[in-house]
Amino acid sequence: MPQTAAIQLTDLRFGWRKDLPEVLHIPELEVFSGERIFIRGPSGSGKSTLLALLAGVNLPTSGEVSILGESINRLSGARRDHFRSDHIGFVFQLFNLIPYLSVLENVALPCRFSRLRKQKATGSGKHLYDEAMRLLGHLDMAHEHLIHRPVTELSVGQQQRVATARALIGAPEIIIADEPTSALDSDMRQAFLRLLFQECEETGTTLLFVSHDRQLESQFERHITLDDINHARQGEQ
Amino acid sequence: MAILSLAFKSLFNRRFTASLILISIALSVSLLLGVERLRVESRNSFANTISGTDLVVGARSGAINLLLYSVFRIGDATNNISWKSYIKFAEHALVKWTIPLSLGDSHKGYRVLGTNQDYFRHYKYANKRALSFNQGQPFEQVYQAVLGDEVARKLGYQIGEKIIIAHGAGKTSFTLHDDKPFEVVGILKPTGTPVDRTVHVPLEGIEAIHKDWIGGRQVAGLNISADEALEKNLSPKAITAFMIGLKSKIATFRVQREINDYRKEPLLAILPGVALQQLWDMMGIAENALLVVTALVVAVGLIGMLTVMLAGLNERRREMAILRSVGARPGHILLLVTGESLLLSLLGIALGLLLLYTSLILGQPYIERHYGLHLPIGLPSLREWLILGLVGTSSLIIGLIPGYRAYRYSLSDGMSIRI
Repeated sequence: MPQTAAIQLTDLRFGWRKDLPEVLHIPELEVFSGERIFIRGPSGSGKSTLLALLAGVNLPTSGEVSILGESINRLSGARRDHFRSDHIGFVFQLFNLIPYLSVLENVALPCRFSRLRKQKATGSGKHLYDEAMRLLGHLDMAHEHLIHRPVTELSVGQQQRVATARALIGAPEIIIADEPTSALDSDMRQAFLRLLFQECEETGTTLLFVSHDRQLESQFERHITLDDINHARQGEQ
Repeated sequence: MAILSLAFKSLFNRRFTASLILISIALSVSLLLGVERLRVESRNSFANTISGTDLVVGARSGAINLLLYSVFRIGDATNNISWKSYIKFAEHALVKWTIPLSLGDSHKGYRVLGTNQDYFRHYKYANKRALSFNQGQPFEQVYQAVLGDEVARKLGYQIGEKIIIAHGAGKTSFTLHDDKPFEVVGILKPTGTPVDRTVHVPLEGIEAIHKDWIGGRQVAGLNISADEALEKNLSPKAITAFMIGLKSKIATFRVQREINDYRKEPLLAILPGVALQQLWDMMGIAENALLVVTALVVAVGLIGMLTVMLAGLNERRREMAILRSVGARPGHILLLVTGESLLLSLLGIALGLLLLYTSLILGQPYIERHYGLHLPIGLPSLREWLILGLVGTSSLIIGLIPGYRAYRYSLSDGMSIRI
């Protein structure tokens, strides 16, 4: 596996306001390309803040956020949004889908905002929805009776799989999953993880998996506890 | 555009609420346009009442009063003018034609107008349209009458029918000229003017029915039968007013001055167009008030839309966060939410236009028949387009309010989803 950095944080500091204590201070974090990394952090540990910084939604107070070699903290807001849509796919805990779009429209949604991902998805001259169907097929969701149903009528597990297909479409280099399994029961959790890993492996995607659930930890090749790398928290205690 | 198709799908997902807003906007827009069209057309029809007449002359009073009783048959003359004065100006070198008007009697609430055949020859309305007959022809004898369209239609009169004229202008009169009935010889086509509500008789007829009357009373014991009256001199001694058509428009002010300065009798000559304008300006306040009220109805419709959009916004913060995570910029969110309002109001405007034209097509014959008002079914006028543009612009501005709030939310929420 080539050891190029997908994500590199250098002396990252973040606080909501100057007069409040820092929420995050990460001297260093490096995630390699193609790596599957588990970041454990209970709620309130600055997990969401870290993800917002990685996504370029928020900017660090100081330090550097480098994604795929690009220092995104130096990009303009619009360029960061653009960068995110081109290179990062997201899966959240719950209700990931836009209620008024169909399953296929939900999966194809990132391609509305990212030309790059649209090009990748339709690269070999196929229709966007064919690619969406292919991904849904890998996640065992490509059944006629499922994809024509309003997304609000799908089970939670099914919704999460649709969200995963959406994160994967157009082959972004990084997938960030924020507690994607916490609403699933343990059998479904295992099945979901298996599918997710399989997909990431096939495309060489870097997976950043954030959860508070220790049970899942062992299935990842690398795991980090947020409190260990976040010096701001330690200093506070 | 990708975002607008999202906006459309989002609206379609909320189609029940959205269609309620749509209906309220459509109704208010069609009401606004309907009132505007009615206003313009009633103003036109008002201005169309008289055309091609250069001066209207009556006893000295106010210009509007003169216009009201001579042209609109509303109210009464303060005084009559002598036949001699009329003849003097009728034979004036610059005058091409005149129409004598003698008012004061009525038939079942409709005014009776004594005039001569010049009325049918020279009276013009709308865009210099002459009167034309639906049935029959102008009166030729003393006891003959020509009815306006509405009089004939409402009272169900046919050619050959005998009608009795009442003294005075009231709807129910106790003094009837029942000894001298008039025969209907002609019925005019509808004009949309007060002509439709007028019974026309010869000046000599007016003279004849008043032969045995002195000072507004029938003289007791003095009964002159219809045939006896014909034997007498029926040339009128006085008329109420007359209309003048000049040989050249340039002479209008000269003749007007001459009439107003006439020493033998206090006369007033007015330019009907100017007096019409003055009269309409007086009514303009009510007209504007109506327009303001309907504009407020549109505002209420748009505020309804604003309320629904704002109320739904909080529930949609999750949707905004998801969109942000797949690469939507805050500007996209602004466009999405504002686009929804804009889409709704544009659809509302289109539906409102549809509603307007449907009701115009359905209502046109009825309004024309009952109110004598012809509503043309044409493309929207420039002013109507401006009104529509104004509604569209206001809805855009109003739509920016929830749009901006969503924009602020999406900036502060980012991708974090708050349930």
